[in-house]
Amino acid sequence: MGRVTAPAPLEIEKTESAEEVFAVPEPDVPWVTIVHNDPVNLMSYVTYVFQTYFGYTKDKATKLMLDVHHKGRAVVSSGTREEMERDVQAMHGYGLWATLQQDRK
Amino acid sequence: MPGHFEPLPGGGAAVALDEVEISIIRSLAVQLLELIGPGPAENAPDDPLAELFAEGPSEPPSDPVLQRLFPDAYSGPDVEASSPEQAEEQRAYSSEFRRFTENDLRAGKRENALAVIRSLDALTTAGDGGAVLKLSPGESEQWLRALNDLRLAIGARLDVVDEEDTDLLYRLPDEDPRKPMVMAYLWLGGLQETLVETLMS
Repeated sequence: MGRVTAPAPLEIEKTESAEEVFAVPEPDVPWVTIVHNDPVNLMSYVTYVFQTYFGYTKDKATKLMLDVHHKGRAVVSSGTREEMERDVQAMHGYGLWATLQQDRK
Repeated sequence: MPGHFEPLPGGGAAVALDEVEISIIRSLAVQLLELIGPGPAENAPDDPLAELFAEGPSEPPSDPVLQRLFPDAYSGPDVEASSPEQAEEQRAYSSEFRRFTENDLRAGKRENALAVIRSLDALTTAGDGGAVLKLSPGESEQWLRALNDLRLAIGARLDVVDEEDTDLLYRLPDEDPRKPMVMAYLWLGGLQETLVETLMS
């Protein structure tokens, strides 16, 4: 069974003007999926996973894989917390070592 | 070519395996299945909803192999918590993630290991006990993931935690009791490497 998430509570506010209705909300701090280096996973396999799951080009997938290999970690995707949990779960399904965290920069 | 997958025209991959190789892969896949364990529905076969509504565990597994296959989602090797409160929050998030995902992840890994066992059992062996294993593209993907899980499992048992450990394994003397496991680990790596190549070509 997939992750079940409750919809965000809907806030109904009376607004004074049309501008407020269409006001752009403050963007939430995004979350990121990080893949960690692992001496067991083959470089070719990690590249294959990045291409297959994320649909990245071979060049981008290879660059991310090399970052994981040389720097010990790489940010492979970013988005909402729910999206990142989905990506982390998928990475664990492939046997990659992945975590998510809020991208505090 | 023995020990190497080759692409099949029109998709899929093939490898020639001898009797011993077939039995090693099968035995390792069975051990992995046993380690991952049954799904929640197997304890309640008459309840069709057991699988659907069962929650997974909230604590990390104690076995090092299972810890590697099902790692914490909110704390990693270099993800340091900045305060005790944050560490507690990460622990709680990891625990919640585990409850909602680990059963699915276990089911996926079981399926892949089962696919490996099924395709080996379906082989028609020649007089010498060897056979040519032919995989469809879908089966190749399942084999790829299963081979990776098997290597992760053996790697965890052999305590491979960094690149230097892998280098040491190559230089183990023949009398080392870990030698047969290391040979299997390296051989599975070759199989996986050539299988990835067939999928990327």
